[in-house]
Amino acid sequence: MPDISANLAGIKSPNPFWLASAPPTNSGYQVMKAFDAGWGGAVWKTLGVPTINTSSRYAAVNYRSNRMVGFNNIELITDRPLADNLREIEEVKKYFPDHAVVASLMVESRAEWHQIVKDAENAGADGLELNFGCPHGMCERGMGSAVGQEPDVLKTIVGWVKEVATKPVIVKLTPNISDITVPAVAAAEGHADAISLINTIQSLVGVDLNSFVPYPIVDGKSTNGGYCGPAVKPIALNMVKNCAQHNGVNIPISGIGGIENWRDAVEHMLLGASNVQVCTAAMHYGFGIVREMIPGLENYMREKGFQKLDDLIGKALPNVKTWENLNLKYNVKAHINADKCIGCQLCYTACDDGAHQAIALPTNDSRIPEIIEDNCVGCNLCSLVCPVEECITMVRKDDGQQHETWKEYMANGKAPTSFNDDRAGGKGHWVPEPAAALKK
Amino acid sequence: MPEYKTPTSQKDIDHAFEQLKPYMNPTMAYYESSRCLFCYDAPCVQACPTNIDIPLFIRQINTDNIAGAAKTIYDSNYFGNICGKVCPTEVLCEGACVFNHQNVKPIEIGRLQSFATNTIIEKNKKLYKLAENNGKKIAVIGAGPAGISCACELRLLGYNVNIYEAKEHSSGLALYGCAPYKVTNEDVMQEMDYLQNQFGFNVKYNSRIDTEEKLKELENKYDAIFLGIGLGNTRSLNIAGGNLNNCIGATEYIEQIKLNPINVKIGKKIIVIGGGNTAMDAASESARLGANKVTLAYRRSKEEMGAYDFEYELAKAVGVKGMFNVSPVAILGNEEVEGVHFIKTKTENGKVVNITGSDFKLECNTVILATGQSKKTDLLSKINNLKFDKKGKILVDENTLQTSNPKYFAGGDAMNGGAEVVNAAAEGKKAARGIHSFLI
Repeated sequence: MPDISANLAGIKSPNPFWLASAPPTNSGYQVMKAFDAGWGGAVWKTLGVPTINTSSRYAAVNYRSNRMVGFNNIELITDRPLADNLREIEEVKKYFPDHAVVASLMVESRAEWHQIVKDAENAGADGLELNFGCPHGMCERGMGSAVGQEPDVLKTIVGWVKEVATKPVIVKLTPNISDITVPAVAAAEGHADAISLINTIQSLVGVDLNSFVPYPIVDGKSTNGGYCGPAVKPIALNMVKNCAQHNGVNIPISGIGGIENWRDAVEHMLLGASNVQVCTAAMHYGFGIVREMIPGLENYMREKGFQKLDDLIGKALPNVKTWENLNLKYNVKAHINADKCIGCQLCYTACDDGAHQAIALPTNDSRIPEIIEDNCVGCNLCSLVCPVEECITMVRKDDGQQHETWKEYMANGKAPTSFNDDRAGGKGHWVPEPAAALKK
Repeated sequence: MPEYKTPTSQKDIDHAFEQLKPYMNPTMAYYESSRCLFCYDAPCVQACPTNIDIPLFIRQINTDNIAGAAKTIYDSNYFGNICGKVCPTEVLCEGACVFNHQNVKPIEIGRLQSFATNTIIEKNKKLYKLAENNGKKIAVIGAGPAGISCACELRLLGYNVNIYEAKEHSSGLALYGCAPYKVTNEDVMQEMDYLQNQFGFNVKYNSRIDTEEKLKELENKYDAIFLGIGLGNTRSLNIAGGNLNNCIGATEYIEQIKLNPINVKIGKKIIVIGGGNTAMDAASESARLGANKVTLAYRRSKEEMGAYDFEYELAKAVGVKGMFNVSPVAILGNEEVEGVHFIKTKTENGKVVNITGSDFKLECNTVILATGQSKKTDLLSKINNLKFDKKGKILVDENTLQTSNPKYFAGGDAMNGGAEVVNAAAEGKKAARGIHSFLI
């Protein structure tokens, strides 16, 4: 049996699945219930001077019949007194000494930071997460993402915390910034022990077409929220990767963003996360989803021969390059498996309208389209729209012997440099005459 | 004991005729519409005799544009709701759905169609603006699906339309013939009312056109005449005993059931003679109304039956037993039917041959003849220059549906020999376009 115990900068947990600081970790009751269900750790709902929250706090993006593929909230930090939260942290640790309980913190002055760090540690917290990510409400008061967007301020506050902290300090980053590695480096320079990302993305998830008010509606008005859920995973993965590959960061990463099953978690870890945090999926389906995540991860590790999480953490990083380092000689072309094709012809229309006119309709009544190999640029679009698994595959056509990147093209003088350069990649690539479009 | 008891209340009738395709609620419609792939050049559209843009209306349902969906349907087929319920979708649109090739349940197109149209019918929402009155007058004979469809289209184009209907209700076999577990009378009448409210054609009920004088009058008064007269009574079999009590034609039998199911005397042992869809309906309805034993007797093999497979399955599901390669020689009895004298048959070179000496008798107290309807030659022979094919169907130009007498156009069962509501709806509309090009 593979060992799935996790260690984030010294914070140990029986597995890498933590609940993120959010509504599911608002109370001791919820955290105890989650640990009982199998979660390995929890980052407590952010502690600070308690706030007053609005009524109507969440809104969602549904895609067709799938609910909550994107999720948005305008809830702020805890609205419960600090003493209540601390007492409950203490109680949870009594029942679950081996599980990770991390206190998320957000206050303003150096004195307040010192006080709340001590309070949280005294209550038994295994670590501290500094909330520099919240992109709604708190940032209007100079906290949350307002800090995450100012690397110098961020570094200063990490310094204040480190003056008194005895437990590992995690800095939670906001994605609402053009280069995530800038605050990540600032956190490392401030001697943070780890970073966690991403917090939510500023968003409006939709507008009520009748009342002209975006969601969620608070007495006829709305405000931007923080976006999360399955839809944000690609953004999170890219930011986790950027931090993991950056030489100036070099501290462990807790991956957050769009994780709802073992596959999502493994993806985050392959790109450098030491553990993962989950919120939206638990809000959608409850704590029971961890029952799928743990055996899913174990099974994957067994099949791949991984003994421990370190064997897989960061394993995809060497395979993420800058674009200029990709092999331009690599050449795949689409192939349709006629036995599997159901004749929806979505590949035809996608290619004809959205790509390179490289798929022809059949001349017989089979409804099975044909690839025009000369036109196929190997873009994958047809295989992505195809509703049948493994029906359209991308088949390698080059001999695998040649390797030449854009960077090498540039160095070798083979890259186009003028507007009508003969070396243009699409030079001579057949496209229909414009007027042919009207004959269809 | 039979599954269905003899009905004594409306509740029993409702149970016996529980709808096979009940209305979807908005959630069901949303989920089901979410599954549609939006195929290119979709096979479902090609399979629909009225060529409804099915992927478009399903997408409109999915975006909560129900009126738009209904309009897409009605643009092609004025019997949108009825056809959604009574069409043999298994062999038309749903049978063509590409999901069938993947062993995935096809989209429930018929139910989605009824959802959209019925929603709009219940709101009595008008979807069309009629063209200005062009001063021309058209007579439509027969208020069945072909006639009503023709009238709607003509009204849209600005014609004055009077429909002459022999019976006291419109919609023809949609009301008098369609299986009651497929569509309720209320559904049919509501769609008729909706169409009449919107298109404003006149229907003269109880106005049978059956004499040369009446035809001459119409010819003088109107610019063109549409024949949507359908077929006549069940053909007799020309065998002994055909005139006994309780030997009844299927069309007449079903009409009684449709209009007054609780007062129809249903025999305990019934033999239905025939192998078409009407035979299946008559047998199914008998079983649902409490007959103990219903036997379908067909003179050819099961595989040669004209009925759709799913119709036979429906009949079997309510306890009907099939008996094949048997031909009736005589109906037995004095005044009342007491049984049928059969002889076994075989097929040789495509012809049915009796097997000498294989006679047998089967007891019953009701015989239902589902052996086809006669042509309305009485009326048709009174129209000058009207030509027919070998089977007695009215000959028409395939593009305009104009008959050999230029004043007359024809569609529906009288022209196609007996088909589905959807075929009549398509032909009525096509004939209206033919009339329009003839007169303008």
